[in-house]
Amino acid sequence: MSCYLEHPEYLDKSLMYKTHITHQAYDFKTLRNLMAKATPSRSGDYLAGVGAVNNLERVAAQWVLADVPLKQFLNEALVPYEQDEITRLIIDEHDGSAFAAVSHLTVGDFRNWLLSEHATTEILTAIASGLTPEMVAAVSKIMRIQDLILVAKKCRVITRFRNTIGLENRLSTRLQPNHPTDSPAGVAAGLLDGLLYGCGDAVIGINPASDNIEATLRLLHMLHDVIERYQIPTQSCVLTHVTTTLKAIEQGAPVDLVFQSIAGTQKANDSFGINLDLLNEARLAALELGRGSLFENGTLGDNCMYFETGQGSALSANAHQGLDQQTCEARAYAVARKFKPLLVNTVVGFIGPEYLYDGKQIIRAGLEDHFCGKLLGLPMGCDVCYTNHAEADQDDMDMLLTQFAVAGGTFIMGVPGADDVMLNYQSTSFHDALYVRQVLGLRPAPEFEQWLQQHGIFNAENQLQQRPDVPVLFKSSLQNLSE
Amino acid sequence: MSDSNEPTTTEDPWHNLKQFTPARIALGRAGMSLPTSACLDFQLAHALARDAVNIPLDFAGLEQRLNVHGFQTLTLQTQAENQSVYLQRPDLGRLLSASSMACLQHSALIPFDAVVVVADGLSSTAIEHHAEPFLSLLLPELQRKDYRLPPVCLVKHGRVAIGDAIAEHYAASLCIVLIGERPGLSSPDSMGIYFTYQARSGISTDADRNCISNIHDNGLSYQQALKKLLFLVDEAEKLQLSGINLKDQTTDTAPNDLQKQANFLLN
Repeated sequence: MSCYLEHPEYLDKSLMYKTHITHQAYDFKTLRNLMAKATPSRSGDYLAGVGAVNNLERVAAQWVLADVPLKQFLNEALVPYEQDEITRLIIDEHDGSAFAAVSHLTVGDFRNWLLSEHATTEILTAIASGLTPEMVAAVSKIMRIQDLILVAKKCRVITRFRNTIGLENRLSTRLQPNHPTDSPAGVAAGLLDGLLYGCGDAVIGINPASDNIEATLRLLHMLHDVIERYQIPTQSCVLTHVTTTLKAIEQGAPVDLVFQSIAGTQKANDSFGINLDLLNEARLAALELGRGSLFENGTLGDNCMYFETGQGSALSANAHQGLDQQTCEARAYAVARKFKPLLVNTVVGFIGPEYLYDGKQIIRAGLEDHFCGKLLGLPMGCDVCYTNHAEADQDDMDMLLTQFAVAGGTFIMGVPGADDVMLNYQSTSFHDALYVRQVLGLRPAPEFEQWLQQHGIFNAENQLQQRPDVPVLFKSSLQNLSE
Repeated sequence: MSDSNEPTTTEDPWHNLKQFTPARIALGRAGMSLPTSACLDFQLAHALARDAVNIPLDFAGLEQRLNVHGFQTLTLQTQAENQSVYLQRPDLGRLLSASSMACLQHSALIPFDAVVVVADGLSSTAIEHHAEPFLSLLLPELQRKDYRLPPVCLVKHGRVAIGDAIAEHYAASLCIVLIGERPGLSSPDSMGIYFTYQARSGISTDADRNCISNIHDNGLSYQQALKKLLFLVDEAEKLQLSGINLKDQTTDTAPNDLQKQANFLLN
């Protein structure tokens, strides 16, 4: 059933989503349908039955979408206001004065403006709160890869907990030392390997094998102790359900970042067992711990949330509400934005070929997500990744990794040898991070960079220090081990 | 010109950490990149995993082996007709085919307490290796609890939610699904267990389920998995629910030598 039949108040009746192209008439009827039809081809939209049936229909939709005024996205909700708390969040917290600078533009003009010299870093920062997820999703649908890269690179989003993430010419890494059974020694081995390769400034974040409170507590204490003992300017996270993290906080655990997977419809978040109130409760509980650093300017590092998203997650919960998966994804960023996260990670290729079929679809999706997130003011990282049942390989990952870093991506994952032995997928390795830093001259977060250099892991040029032995800092821990 | 005596790669002097993890650590480097051997090693593993995704499960063989244990079985098929459709249409992998529905309708319709479903999922080798030995531990435990069990349902091209329809059909409050997890490079045969209390087809969501994953030779043992599952079953009966409000509070006992060196970074 179409949106306007259910909710006539959302349709600006004067606006018709019709066109004629090469003797073919198209009537897309609703903005929701128009958005889906205009989306570059991907398997998840076909699975949902919302994608364009052929190339001509897609381009026709893109032409029509280009003429839609940005204002229309405030008039025509893609998911009904009274049914969905994310729509309410988007509409109720829309910043009209920030929007004023671009409120006269159509989607097509908005693309032109974003590419122009008028859209500077300062101005893009100033309008972020005036943009809605649907507006940025719409413009991304008529942008090429180079457009997505060029505009995203102009955005600057800086966040802080114990270090400073997102500065120009910096690329951070999440150290992800997962182990199939959460064995502390196994986690420690991966962790040390990563630190010795200069990885871990975004976060040291572990996906536990089970959502078990005891394992979560053990890992939280271990990460806290390692960070304290070696004075590492970074933060930790155990990526467990927000309710488990809340329980851990209640039991006095040293929680730095609160993790949660989030999606772009209320129904999808219901299926994750979360809502806005619960996320708010968790954020306040973590803030109360006050574990961020006090920075020189007198402010406390208070970005204490870590969110993960990914195109297709709403559909996989059968909660996409007729939206295309990229628009759904952008709506998840409205949820993220409300809670001032340190990091947002689009886990782009994790979900599998039923949503993003091959390397080409994964690459474009990763760059779209980064663009949309950055334009909305989020510290966007990307888990450049794929599964073994997708039509993708290491070459595809190298292309996305390189393009993501050129676009000014905030952080990537660091997994030993790119092989996550717990989650069973391939991400980026410590070596991958060093490669991309090397070719593009990118540096880690400044506080972490200083620590790496101070302990002789990196030299002054931010290359791995040539040495016959491990750095003094870790020597004694390794000496006690049996061969 | 390169000096013929100079090594082309740099080794990492922390090889001894490999005893603690199957992860690809201490790979060394060529410049700051992967050395050739590590690079090709990865490509080899990827080739094996890619090929494994498409190997079909030998359902007849599995059925036979379970029957030898005295376990009755029923082989069903989802609406995903082949592997390619299965990969792109998860929705069809959650629905039984018409003939399988008919087959279920014919089977006895007395009320049952628990259903055990085995689906090939994304790794047929996981089910090939682990389903029979795990069921030979699990089913006697369930029988000891006096649970009435229908035949073990083996489902071709099944997703996790296929268990919901089967549990609903048998009016069983406990639904246990064994499924092949997406193959990893180092663990192409990892099995997962999904447990749902009062599963309802089309209504139960991921938030209603508890998952025990990574059951394979280098992961969770059968005994550990069984302990967790039986804990969840008992708690679910007590609390009348499963999913995010049912927390796994079992303790994992790690082998002593690992325990001893657990915190080598913190000694």
